[in-house]
Amino acid sequence: MRPDTMRPTAATPGGVPELDVDALLGDKEKHVIACCGSGGVGKTTTAAALALRAAEVHGRRTVVLTIDPARRLAQSLGMEALDNTPKSVAAVQGGSLDAMMLDMKRTFDEVVASHTSAERAAEIFANPFYQAVSSTFSGTQEYMAMEKLGQLRATGKWDLIVLDTPPSRSALDFLDAPARLARFLDGRIIRLLSASTPGARRSMLSLMGASAAVFTRVFNKVLGGHLLTDVAEFTASLEDTFGGFRKRAEATFRALQDDQTSFLVIAAPEPAAVGEAVYFTRRLTEERMPLDGMILNRLTPVAASLSAERALGAAAALEEADADDPVAAVLRTHADLARRRAAEERVAARYAAACPDVPQRWVPALGVEVVDLDDLRAFGAAAAGALPSE
Amino acid sequence: MTASAPPVPRLHIVTGKGGTGKTSVAAALALALAGPGRRVLLVEVEGRQGIAPLFDAPSLGYQERHLAAGLDGGEVFGQSVDADEALLDYLTLFYRLGSAGKVLQKFGAIDFATTIAPGLRDILLTGKLKEAVSRAESGRMAYDSVVLDAPPTGRIVRFLNVTVESGRLAKTGPIGKHSRSVARLLHSSLTAVHLVTTPAAMPVQETVDAHRELLAADLPVGHLVLNRVAAAKAVEVDHAEIAAGLTRAGLAADETLVAGLMEEYAAARHEIEAVDAYRDRLERLGRPVDELPLLPEGVDLSGLYQLARELRPSFAGARRPLSGGTDAA
Repeated sequence: MRPDTMRPTAATPGGVPELDVDALLGDKEKHVIACCGSGGVGKTTTAAALALRAAEVHGRRTVVLTIDPARRLAQSLGMEALDNTPKSVAAVQGGSLDAMMLDMKRTFDEVVASHTSAERAAEIFANPFYQAVSSTFSGTQEYMAMEKLGQLRATGKWDLIVLDTPPSRSALDFLDAPARLARFLDGRIIRLLSASTPGARRSMLSLMGASAAVFTRVFNKVLGGHLLTDVAEFTASLEDTFGGFRKRAEATFRALQDDQTSFLVIAAPEPAAVGEAVYFTRRLTEERMPLDGMILNRLTPVAASLSAERALGAAAALEEADADDPVAAVLRTHADLARRRAAEERVAARYAAACPDVPQRWVPALGVEVVDLDDLRAFGAAAAGALPSE
Repeated sequence: MTASAPPVPRLHIVTGKGGTGKTSVAAALALALAGPGRRVLLVEVEGRQGIAPLFDAPSLGYQERHLAAGLDGGEVFGQSVDADEALLDYLTLFYRLGSAGKVLQKFGAIDFATTIAPGLRDILLTGKLKEAVSRAESGRMAYDSVVLDAPPTGRIVRFLNVTVESGRLAKTGPIGKHSRSVARLLHSSLTAVHLVTTPAAMPVQETVDAHRELLAADLPVGHLVLNRVAAAKAVEVDHAEIAAGLTRAGLAADETLVAGLMEEYAAARHEIEAVDAYRDRLERLGRPVDELPLLPEGVDLSGLYQLARELRPSFAGARRPLSGGTDAA
């Protein structure tokens, strides 16, 4: 058994409520945990590690829904690649863990296929605009993540779904996208367009009068006439089969607000990531989403308790006698780490200042990259503030 | 200009995996390129507002604004380009919409247009870059270099590959023509896409992948920047030597302190070895590899200038005086 100092211990700053990760993972009333945050903060790894811990330590039947995992993460779960159907992760002890990766095009196809006749579906699939929307539309990914979440919940096969949110350009998109897509597919401009295609309601066109004509003329020129026609046909067929996308988006949105759901904000100790975390926390609070805490990843681990100043002073003293004193190099390395950590803590303090009531968990970097299930276990243990078992 | 000397890149596109510090590198590059008498425009897209805080400046807007003095007396300007405003600009320019444009915007039509045609957004954004690169003012180029803090590596090829995306849009008419001229610039040697990574497995892997994808799309890859490299001197030292050293320096050599220092130093040594492996992997891609130090206190304004000084030598070519202002036409 190595001494405790050989492992970076999880820490939480003084005066800030502490996030009890194990209590959350073990809470049988919680059925969805959504991990949110900007790109590059270790969000997907955190989601996978929490799901694994929920299965192994708390015996839950868990599935982790990842959005765009690095191949390495799939490999760490013992799979070559993840796809749109949950696959069981082998070698999980205790409960069970399934993992999947969202394929937004396939999910959209499934939604269409399950809501309409085969003939109608074929028509929709062939529409060029559908092809564009289902693979590139900004917001489709977020919307389809919601859709997939709803599907997974409906099966009743899992008692905990851990959701990794899409790597949006900003955390905001995640909340806005479903509504935006719905608004777009259901909005007045669409009605206007449907109205200006042959065979549709004329009343709308006359209502909007000349402005509609100007609008369509300009946009036909800019975008090309075929596009508007494709869009109009696409939305007309969707409206027939779905009875309004907006309702659907609102339902998924409301499902996230109930107390079976838990949101976690994931951040790293960098100004941009902490800024996003603060913004996201505000948005979640405004939207009355159940936010349970913030996990701060990637803190520089410091194992020796010695201030940077004293370390530098001692290094200088040693170098006076021998410029190449190896212990001076060791002390300078420590001073660098201590300064990095202090700077990170100053950045992290902005979160506590802006969101004093949100429980936090600080997770020092493990110093190794996650390549297998054991690394994920260690990550989960660090996130829960428990030392990994030897 | 002779055939043996291809034009020096003037459009620098900086991308990288999220969290690798690409915004700081883009900002430092802009400072480095702003040599004597030179004007550099630093651009961000998608309203991220990551640049302004680095310069302790108020949020950037659609109008270009003076941001900082360059490294050697040049000047850096900043701009945040927004697709909706770019479309309005564009409509005003080609259709003389005037105030009708504002009405369209209020009506949600602008948002609608950029929404139904996802590629349009990127064409408008890259189109603004082209405009900044080729704009002339009083007989000289308005900007000697333009630096873009671009979307992350995962989306960069789609973002820059406007010819492919514009295939979905009008092939004729102003947008089609416009996107073809933007594509010509982006695929030319006037453009360089720089990839930023940190010394860690996933970012390096993404860099290697992005490099391959960029080449496959015939987009010009510039430098590879290995960012946040921690400095540590490689020495051989054991437990007893550390304890003795601490005592010599007048510190109490207690057991936990020595063990902690040993652990930290072993991890740092391990990291140095890993950096060597990552550097090798990047060098095998056959592009210039620049290394930037990890700044223990994070990147503030003085840190940006420090990074700019590190980048300066390897971008000396792009800082040379230009032969003329016609090469972007």
